Amino acid sequence: MKKKFKTDKHILIPKHQKLSDAQKQKLLEKYNVSVKELPRILKTDAAISSLGAKPGDVIKIARASETAGEAIFYRVVVDV
Amino acid sequence: MAKEKIVEKEAKAEKKEEEGIAEAAEKPSEEAELLAEGLAEQTPEEALESAAAEASPIAPKKEEIEPQESHISKQVKSISFSILSPKLIKDMASAKIVTPELYDKEGYPVDGGLMDIRLGVIDPGLRCKTCGSKLKECIGHFGYIELARPIIHIKFVNIIMTLLKATCRDCGRILIPKNKLSRYKEILDEVEKERGIEARRDKIKDVITNLKTINKCPNCKARQKKITLEKPTTFIEEEKRISPIEIRTRLEKIPDEDTLLFGLHAPHVRPEWMVLTLLPIPPVTMRPSITLESGERSEDDLTHKLGDIVRINQRLFENINAGAPEIIVEDLWDLLQYHVTTYFDNEIAQLPPARHRSGQPLKTLTERIKSKEGRIRHNLAGKRTNFCARTVISPDPMLELNEVGVPNIIAMKLTVPERVTAWNREYLKKFVEMGPKKYPGANYIIRPDGKKKKITDETKEASLEEIQPGYTVERHLMDGDIAVFNRQPSLHRMSMMCHRVKVLPGKTLRLNPAVCHPYNADFDGDEMNLHIPQTEEARAEAEILMEVQTQLISVRYGLSIIGCVQDAISGNYLLTKNMELSKNEAIDLLAAVGIDNFSKLPRKEKVDGKEVFSALIPDDFNFTGKTRENEEVTIKDGKLVEGYMDRANLGEGSGLLLRNMHKRYGKAFTIDLLGKIFRLGIEVLLRNGFSSVISDTDLPENARLKIKETLDNARKEVDHLISEFKDNKLDAFPGKTLQESLELRILEVLNKARNETGKIVEDFADQGSHTMIMAKSGARGNLLNLAQMAACVGQQAMRGKRIEKGFAERTLSSYKRMDLSSEARGFISNGFKTGLTPTEFYFGSMTGRDSLMDTALRTPKSGYLYRRLANAMQDLKVEYDGSVRDSSNRIIQFDYGEDGIDVSKSEKGLINVKRIVKSVG
Repeated sequence: MKKKFKTDKHILIPKHQKLSDAQKQKLLEKYNVSVKELPRILKTDAAISSLGAKPGDVIKIARASETAGEAIFYRVVVDV
Repeated sequence: MAKEKIVEKEAKAEKKEEEGIAEAAEKPSEEAELLAEGLAEQTPEEALESAAAEASPIAPKKEEIEPQESHISKQVKSISFSILSPKLIKDMASAKIVTPELYDKEGYPVDGGLMDIRLGVIDPGLRCKTCGSKLKECIGHFGYIELARPIIHIKFVNIIMTLLKATCRDCGRILIPKNKLSRYKEILDEVEKERGIEARRDKIKDVITNLKTINKCPNCKARQKKITLEKPTTFIEEEKRISPIEIRTRLEKIPDEDTLLFGLHAPHVRPEWMVLTLLPIPPVTMRPSITLESGERSEDDLTHKLGDIVRINQRLFENINAGAPEIIVEDLWDLLQYHVTTYFDNEIAQLPPARHRSGQPLKTLTERIKSKEGRIRHNLAGKRTNFCARTVISPDPMLELNEVGVPNIIAMKLTVPERVTAWNREYLKKFVEMGPKKYPGANYIIRPDGKKKKITDETKEASLEEIQPGYTVERHLMDGDIAVFNRQPSLHRMSMMCHRVKVLPGKTLRLNPAVCHPYNADFDGDEMNLHIPQTEEARAEAEILMEVQTQLISVRYGLSIIGCVQDAISGNYLLTKNMELSKNEAIDLLAAVGIDNFSKLPRKEKVDGKEVFSALIPDDFNFTGKTRENEEVTIKDGKLVEGYMDRANLGEGSGLLLRNMHKRYGKAFTIDLLGKIFRLGIEVLLRNGFSSVISDTDLPENARLKIKETLDNARKEVDHLISEFKDNKLDAFPGKTLQESLELRILEVLNKARNETGKIVEDFADQGSHTMIMAKSGARGNLLNLAQMAACVGQQAMRGKRIEKGFAERTLSSYKRMDLSSEARGFISNGFKTGLTPTEFYFGSMTGRDSLMDTALRTPKSGYLYRRLANAMQDLKVEYDGSVRDSSNRIIQFDYGEDGIDVSKSEKGLINVKRIVKSVG
């Protein structure tokens, strides 16, 4: 059987994670922002296809960073 | 929650105020009263406060309660854009223009002409007929002309096109069934709510493009004909031209409710207003005429253009009234269309631009606004300043690093305002007494009411009498004043730094060569700008944020961007490497640098150069580092005990020594020390003499033979490779063709040979020669340069390959075809001193030209790239929580640079916690 390719398991794709509602609230509070001020990610983005994220959810992305080793980013899921 | 409420309240207050203003506009006599009311409404707290103050028993004198100035603060809540309607054009006009004549025989503006005095005043002494105010007070008033026939407005051609295509030619309705109309509107509103006005516009475009192909009206079932645009302004419907009159009637038929789907908002914007029936005439104040020296008047380009329009318009009227044949009328109509079009935009591709008699194109409305020389980029975004100077720069190492040498003629033109107080009155009077022609004097005094008075020999006495506290004296620039110094292109913040003025004779601006690097300046004719801040705030800001010492450590890589250069490096190298001085010489040297405490020098007759250098360094400074040659450098208790100084420690962008110094003793000390080290190096060279000579490249006989041998061997090896290649005995590198493999091998052999010659030069050249010292200390040049002069220039390469182009299968006609030998493909085996053969020289100039072209083409390209980058990022800002945000508070980075570290305050982007703990505990 042909092995199915999973994008989110690929080594070059940084780890994507869905935030719980409580975590989301905490994040928004920490930066004193609304969801509108967060960077965005498309709902159809391949990296989050397996997370089942809905518009309005916040995705936490842990990227390898040249300066910081690991950098945490947050993106809000949007429709189109 | 509470926040929202406040916003609501404000909005309400606003509304009231707006109404107030509207009323005020209607009844100008009551204006003042209403405005006062508006003020009270706007700031209820203030009103309350003042009322309370009045009522309170301990209220001070009445004059003090009354506000000195009445501030009317208003907030712009929204701006609506629309198109001028014929009615509005008529209403806002104060004159109807009927004749193209400008002036009568006496030179007085003609009534109803384009320079009608009802349109504003441009002559001194005259009063405006409309508003009664004088020149500069009257902002001018619009007029209008009635066009004999409707004219298409060139800027709306595209919208008119879509309107015609997407509406029914019969009933004027949009080509959407009536019952679906509201659904479309809902969709648009939804899109706008979700993704903003931009998205709504895109959606509108989508909807409209789909309508264009419909050929039957869903409302009245009329067949739609195909409409094409013949650029610029002619609309054709199935081979028949639609006249602007017809277009206008069709646009008139479009009902208000349908316009919303085109992104227009009737009744604010009616489609038919895009076809002009009245043309507004701009006030003369925006097209003033110039009186030439001969007394002749020269009119503005716009006036010329308007004259054409009015003339043709009158002719068209006359012809229509006289019942002229249709052809003549149409011709005139087209001509009028042309003039009106070029009046708006004289750079329409399909139209020949309207020209002056001299042949140069007229600058009409669009050209006034757009592009680099237009109103926006030139006048609004391009700011110009007073109190600035610009000249050629030249070096002066005896200046401090944070000083700038200002020519005295400039110092007498640039001034600093100083406020007179009881304490400095006598001091400032001295400047006034000197007058504007003697230094240090003063050019102006400013009275407390803001009137500026020039100081001249005649007014000097009067001014002296007049001066008292409250006045301001604009005195000449003096030593120690603050100035902002700048060199374009200002690519980073170090391109504009604050310096202290030092007034000097001469006509150039002087700066210490050590600060050339941040400005990227040299002295081959560079010019720089100098600005003198005029207020205390500006001076403080410049001093605290921009002074040279505050910019010492680069925010880009965290090392000193200012360091020793050229002679300063060679000098310190010589001094600290291996130099012995008598005590007297040492003291002389230090005194020249500006040190007067010689106690650090050891008490002996002969002093080591290292000890002289150590005299500059504070006693408690410790440092270990490496030289360029990877030798140990140790400074222990303020003494250079091991190693020597070179570019690795003193140079710009590499000086760990400087960074540590900065961290330990602060910016002011470091900059001062750097200046001293710099001067020390120069003084050393001054005393010993230092210059490069041709004999520096001399090599002993055996070295020359060795070089010849290596080059001969290389040549043989290349020949061998070529013959192997021809015999097909060569192995190809993986992924490369045989030819490519050969080239790579040859390149490798030749490069090796060149490097070997370099090594030989390094070993055999006079180690004490000044050229060698410069190369070794890193002051200028490197060993490769020396080897190129002394032994062999090496392979000339273009695009990473040996030279191959030129003639058919050969580089030059003096070689056989397919000659792959080293000399036929641009290997220069001679050194610059020996001289190049003609073919070698030719190969050299080929690569020379290539790199010249490359730099000439790359500079503007990267400049534009940088401009786009800077424009895109100009309002990004690091907030207090460490996140990077744009102007609408959107987060770009959650932590600045992903790690939140300020590079200039760290070590290579890392924070050495251990050391900090150690230094604290």
